[in-house]
Amino acid sequence: MTTAPTAHKGSVGVARTRVEGRDKVTGAARYAAEVPFAGLAYGWLALSTVARGRIRSVETAGVLAMPGVLTVLHHGNAPRLDTGFVGFLGAPDPTCAVFQHDRVPHRGWPVALVVAETSEQAREAAEALVVHYEEEPHDIAFDGERSDAYPVDGHMPAVTAKGDLEAELAASAVVVDAEYTTPEEHHNPMEPHAATARWDGGRLEVVDSNQGATWVVSDLAQLFSLDPASVRVRSEHVGGGFGSKGVRAHQVAAVMAATALRRPVRVVMTRRQMFSLAGYRSPTVQRLRLGADAGGRLRALEHRALSLTSTVHEFIEPSAGAARVMYDADAHHTANRVVRLDVPTPTWMRAPGEAPGSFALESALDELAEKCGLDPIELRARNEPERGPVSGLPFSGRNLIACFREGARRFGWADRDPRPGLRREGRWLLGTGTAAASFPARARPSTATVTAEADGTFTVRISAADIGTGARTALTQVAADALEVGPERVRMRIGDSDFGPAMIAGGSMGTRSWAWAITAAADELRERLIPGAGIPPEGVTVRSDTTAAVAALTETERHSFGAQFAEVAVDVATGEVRVRRMLGIFAAGRIVNPLTARNQFVGGMIWGISMALHEEAVRDRASGGHYAADLAGYHVSAHADVPHVEADWIDDPDPDDPVGIKGIGEIGIVGAAAAVANAVWHATGVRHRSLPIRPDRVILAGTGEPHA
Amino acid sequence: MAPAPTSTYSSITLSVNGDKHTLTVDHRTTLLDALRERLDLTGTKKGCDQGQCGACTVLLDGRRTVACLQLAVAAEGRAITTIEGLAEGEQLHPAQQAFLDLDGYQCGYCTPGQICSAVAMIEEHAAGWPSAVTDDVRPEAGPPPLTADEIRERMSGNLCRCGAYVSIVQAVARAAAVRAETTATAHTTHTTMTTQTQGAA
Amino acid sequence: MKEFGYQRVFDVSGALALLDADPDARFLGGGTNLVDLMKAGVERPARLVDVRELPLDRIEPTADGGLRIGATVTNSDLAAHPEVRRRYPALAQAVLAGASGQLRNMATVGGNLLQRTRCGYFTDVTRPCNKRTPGSGCPAVEGEHRNHAILGASGHCVAVHPSDMAVALTAFDAVVSYETTDGPGALPLSEFYLPVGGTPHLETALPQGALITGVTLPPAPIAAVSRYRKVRERASYAFAIGSVAAALDVRDGVIQDARLAFGAVASRPWRARSAERTLTGARADGETFAAAADAELAAAKPLPHNGYKVTLMRNLVVAVLTELSEEAAR
Repeated sequence: MTTAPTAHKGSVGVARTRVEGRDKVTGAARYAAEVPFAGLAYGWLALSTVARGRIRSVETAGVLAMPGVLTVLHHGNAPRLDTGFVGFLGAPDPTCAVFQHDRVPHRGWPVALVVAETSEQAREAAEALVVHYEEEPHDIAFDGERSDAYPVDGHMPAVTAKGDLEAELAASAVVVDAEYTTPEEHHNPMEPHAATARWDGGRLEVVDSNQGATWVVSDLAQLFSLDPASVRVRSEHVGGGFGSKGVRAHQVAAVMAATALRRPVRVVMTRRQMFSLAGYRSPTVQRLRLGADAGGRLRALEHRALSLTSTVHEFIEPSAGAARVMYDADAHHTANRVVRLDVPTPTWMRAPGEAPGSFALESALDELAEKCGLDPIELRARNEPERGPVSGLPFSGRNLIACFREGARRFGWADRDPRPGLRREGRWLLGTGTAAASFPARARPSTATVTAEADGTFTVRISAADIGTGARTALTQVAADALEVGPERVRMRIGDSDFGPAMIAGGSMGTRSWAWAITAAADELRERLIPGAGIPPEGVTVRSDTTAAVAALTETERHSFGAQFAEVAVDVATGEVRVRRMLGIFAAGRIVNPLTARNQFVGGMIWGISMALHEEAVRDRASGGHYAADLAGYHVSAHADVPHVEADWIDDPDPDDPVGIKGIGEIGIVGAAAAVANAVWHATGVRHRSLPIRPDRVILAGTGEPHA
Repeated sequence: MAPAPTSTYSSITLSVNGDKHTLTVDHRTTLLDALRERLDLTGTKKGCDQGQCGACTVLLDGRRTVACLQLAVAAEGRAITTIEGLAEGEQLHPAQQAFLDLDGYQCGYCTPGQICSAVAMIEEHAAGWPSAVTDDVRPEAGPPPLTADEIRERMSGNLCRCGAYVSIVQAVARAAAVRAETTATAHTTHTTMTTQTQGAA
Repeated sequence: MKEFGYQRVFDVSGALALLDADPDARFLGGGTNLVDLMKAGVERPARLVDVRELPLDRIEPTADGGLRIGATVTNSDLAAHPEVRRRYPALAQAVLAGASGQLRNMATVGGNLLQRTRCGYFTDVTRPCNKRTPGSGCPAVEGEHRNHAILGASGHCVAVHPSDMAVALTAFDAVVSYETTDGPGALPLSEFYLPVGGTPHLETALPQGALITGVTLPPAPIAAVSRYRKVRERASYAFAIGSVAAALDVRDGVIQDARLAFGAVASRPWRARSAERTLTGARADGETFAAAADAELAAAKPLPHNGYKVTLMRNLVVAVLTELSEEAAR
C-alpha cells in the first residue's frame, strides 16, 4: 500500500496553517445558514410544552392569518415519511421524523413548523401557535435504583464477564467500591443546526451543517422515498458538531416545507431548541468495584454503567467499555444498561462511553492507588495487559506507559508528595492528578476521486466534513504526499454528497478513513500518469473505494492511548476550583499536521476541564423539561477557565494504515475530567465522585455534609 | 388617552464598514439579522442570539458589542465595523493574521467574534481600562500589563466550544504586541515630524 | 417577539411624554436585558422609547465630594472612570465582574438597576412564575433553586437579583434620581427595591412611567478601601452564586465603620446592616468577621438545595473583611 518516500513526500508531519484559514478570519467562509437563495422563506419549529401525551389540536387558523405566514406544517397535514429502514448509522431516531403522529414522547418534541417570509414573522407566529394537548404523567427520574433498566448492545456488546467476581473481591487485600455520576451534557457547537432545502431542476438540494453529507443524503432519500441520486447535500463549512450534527428535525422539516411551498426554506434551531432537538450525552450512574492484591495487581474489576434513553429510540452511552481495553483482572465484569424515560433521545457526543466511563474508571484507579500506597502511574504500570482483557487479541501497539513516562517527566511528577491537602498558596489549596486515556482506532469505507488537471494541479473530491478538526488541511497534506507533489498543487473539495459515499466526521475515524481513500486514488493515479505525457483538457480522474481494503484489516486491539496530567487550585471556603495547567501526552498514530492536531488534542482536554467543572443540563422534574436551557444556564468553559494547556505526542504510527493515522478527535477528552478530579482530591483530600465539581459540592464536602 | 398608532417598520441608514446602506427594517430585526439576512454580511455569526456567546461581536463606534441584542433600528447613526471591515484590501488586520498563523480557531464559527472582540479589547486595554482580574483598579496603580490572565478575563465574553482558547490567547497577545509596536513607531514618526516642524519654524 | 413601535428621544421630557401616552411602552437603554426578554416572550412592549441619546451620559463630582452618575453612562465607562476607581474601587470591581466586555459596553447604569432576575422559570414563558404571571405559582420552591434566595424571600418568589453593580451601590448608600411627568424624585437604593412579599411582580418603588436619570453616590471616604468579590460557577461571564461588597475603616485594630452588602442571595441587593452593627466598634479580627456574618445570616432561610449559600456567604464575608483589614493595615 505505501510507497517509498521521494523528494516530494514532505507534507505529512509538517505544521501548516489551515487551507480555509483566510476565509475563516475574514468572515468569507459561509456556513449552512449563510448561503443566499432567491425567494428564501424561513421556518421556525414549535416544540411541545408537555413531556408526555397526545396533541389534541393545532390551532393554525389564527397563525395563518398573521403577516407573512406561508404555511404551518404539523402531524395533521405533513407528508408521510418512511421510517422503517436501517440508515447509514442504524435506524433513524424518530425525533427527526417530524409530524408523523399525535404522540408527544418528551418535552421539546417538534409539533409544528411555521414558515413565513421573514424570520421575525416566523418566530412570532410559531410562538403564537396554540397547541392543545392531552397531557399524561411523565417519568424522567434517573437514578441508580431503576429496576426497569436493561442491558443494551450499542456499538459494543452490553455485557462482558469472566471469572468469579465476588470470590476475587473477597480474596483481595484492597477493595474500592464507589459510585460515580456524570450529568446530562450537551454538545453545543457554536453554530446552531441549520438547513436550507430547495428543489432545483428535479433534484432536492439541502445546504446543511452536518458531520457527513453521505449520512444525511442517504437518510433523507429514504425518509422521503427519493432516489438517492436525486438528492444533494452540501456542507462546506461546519461550525462544530461533536456528534450532534447528523439527521435531525430541522433538515426534515425544511425539506417538507420546501416541497410544500416550492421555494427554498431555511430552518435554523435556536440555542434553546438545540437542548431538545440536537441530542446530548446521557447522564450516567456508574459503579466501580476494584479488588487488588497488596502490590496493586487487579484481581477483580467490575464496571456497571447506567444511562438513559427516550421512549422512542434506543441509544446507549457505553461507559463500561473502556475497562475492556484498559485493565485486566482475574474476574472482569462490565455491563452497560439503559432505562427508558420521557426525555429526548441522547446521541453520540465526543468520546461516547469513554468520556464518562474514563471519569469513573480512572478516578477509581486513583482511589486504589491511594489505598495501596502506590503512585498512580506505578499502579497502572503494574496492570498493563499483554492482550485485550476481554478479547484476548493482541494490541496493534500500546504506548500507554510511554505516554505516562514522558508526561511525568515534563509535568514534574517525580517531585509530587502523594499526601492530600498539604499544599497551600494564599486561599488556594493545590494538587495534581493524572489519568489514562484510550480511544479505539478504527476506519470505515470511503470513496474519493483524484483528478490530474491539465494545468499540472490536482483536484481531490471527497464527501468529507471539516467540522473544525483541520481535516481539509490534513487531507491536502496526505494527498500531496500520495501524489508526490507540493500541497499548493492540490485543491481539496469536500462537503458535497455528489462526491460519493464517505465516512462521517465521527468516532475519530474521519480523517483516517478519508486519507485512506485519497491515498488509494492518488496511488493509482500516479501509476496511470505517464511521465512526460500530456494530460487531456478534461484531466485524468481516478476513483477509489476502500471497502475491501478496510474489511481486510486484521482483527486486533487497535487504540490510541494517552496520559493526562492536571494541576488545580481549590478554595474550599468558596468552592471555587481552577485548573492551573494541564499536560496530555498521546500515542495516537501518525500526526499529519502538528499545528491543527495540537489544537485538536488541547480542545479535547479543555472539554475535560469543562466536563469536570462546569457542564450540566438540569432537568426540572415537574415539567420534564430543562431549567435554563441556554449558554448562561449551561456553562461551558470560558477563556478565564482555561489555563496553559499543553499537548504533545510520541511516535506511534499505525502499522496497518497507509498513512499511519489512528485518529485524534476524541482521545483528548478521555481521562481529562478524571485527572482534574484526582487533582482536586490531592488538593483537598475530598473525593468528588459526581460531576461537575461545583462550588456548592466543594463547600458542602468541606463542611462534612452529604453531597447535594 | 389612547396611544398614537405607531409604525412597526422604519427606513434607516446603517453605516457598515464605511458604506451606507438604506433599508426598511421591521423594528424586531436585530443588527445581527440585518447584517446577515439583509446586507449579506454573514461574517458576523449567530451562536446563541441571547448575548451569551459573543459570536456576533461587532464594533459600534469602535466599541465591541453583541449584535444579537442590538436592534438594527437603534444602530442608525453609529459606525458599525464587522469582520468584513477589518482587512485593508488583501492585507489582513494583524489580529486576523495572528489567528491564521497561530491556529486560533477550529471550526471558525466563533472566530469573527473573537477577532472583533480582540481588536476592541486591545484598544480598551490601551486606554487603561482595568478588568476583573486587575489587582488594583485605582488609577494610581497604573494600567495593568496585558498578561495571559488579563487577556483570558477580557476575552471571556467569547465562547469557543472547540476549545481553541490556548491558541486564541496567543493570537490576541501577538496582535496586541503588533499594535504596541505600530503605536511606538507611529509615535516616533510623529515626534520626528514635530521636531522637523519645529526645526522649520 | 411581537411587533412594536420605536422612537428615539433626545430629551427627558420627550421620553416621559411618550411613556405617559402608552402604558405598553418601555424605555430601551442598552437592550442587553430587555431585548433578550422580548425574544423570550417575557416582555412584549408595544413601543420602545430609545433613551440612549439622552444627555445623561456623564459622571460628575458633587459639591460635597460624592459622584453623580448619569443613567445612560455605560457599565464600561462607569468602571473605567478614574474617580469611580479612586473613590469607590469596589464599585468598579463589581461592574467589571458583571457580564462581558461587549455587554458592559452596551448596558447602561439605569438599565442595570432595572434588570430582571435570571431565574430559569421567569425566563421560560411555558412555566408558571409569580413574577411574570402573578398568581401562577413558583416552581422554584419545589424545583430547581440551587442559585435562589436565602434571605428576604417569600413563598411566592425565591428569585435573586442578578446585578453586581447594584450590590456595590447599595453598600455605598447610593440614591436613585428619576423624573416623572409630575416632576423629579429620588429614592435611596435601600428603598428602591421592594420586598418580595406576595407581590414579586412589583420590583421597584419607581412611580409608573418614571425615567431613571442618574445615581448619586454620597461622599464615603471609607469606600477608598473597599472590595467586591464574586463567586460563580465558572471563572468569568457568569452570574454570581454569592458576592460581597465591603468597605472597612480600621484604626488601631478597631473597626470604626463598615459597609457590607451581599449579592445573589435575595430579590434585591442585600445591605447587611446587622453585620455592620456587629463590626462597628469591634476588633478587626477573624472572630469579629465571623460573628458579623453570623449576625446577618441568622435570618437566612435556605431551601433544600441552596443551604450551601449560607456557608459560602459566611466564608466570603470573613475572607473579604480579612483582606480589607490587611489592606487597611498597610
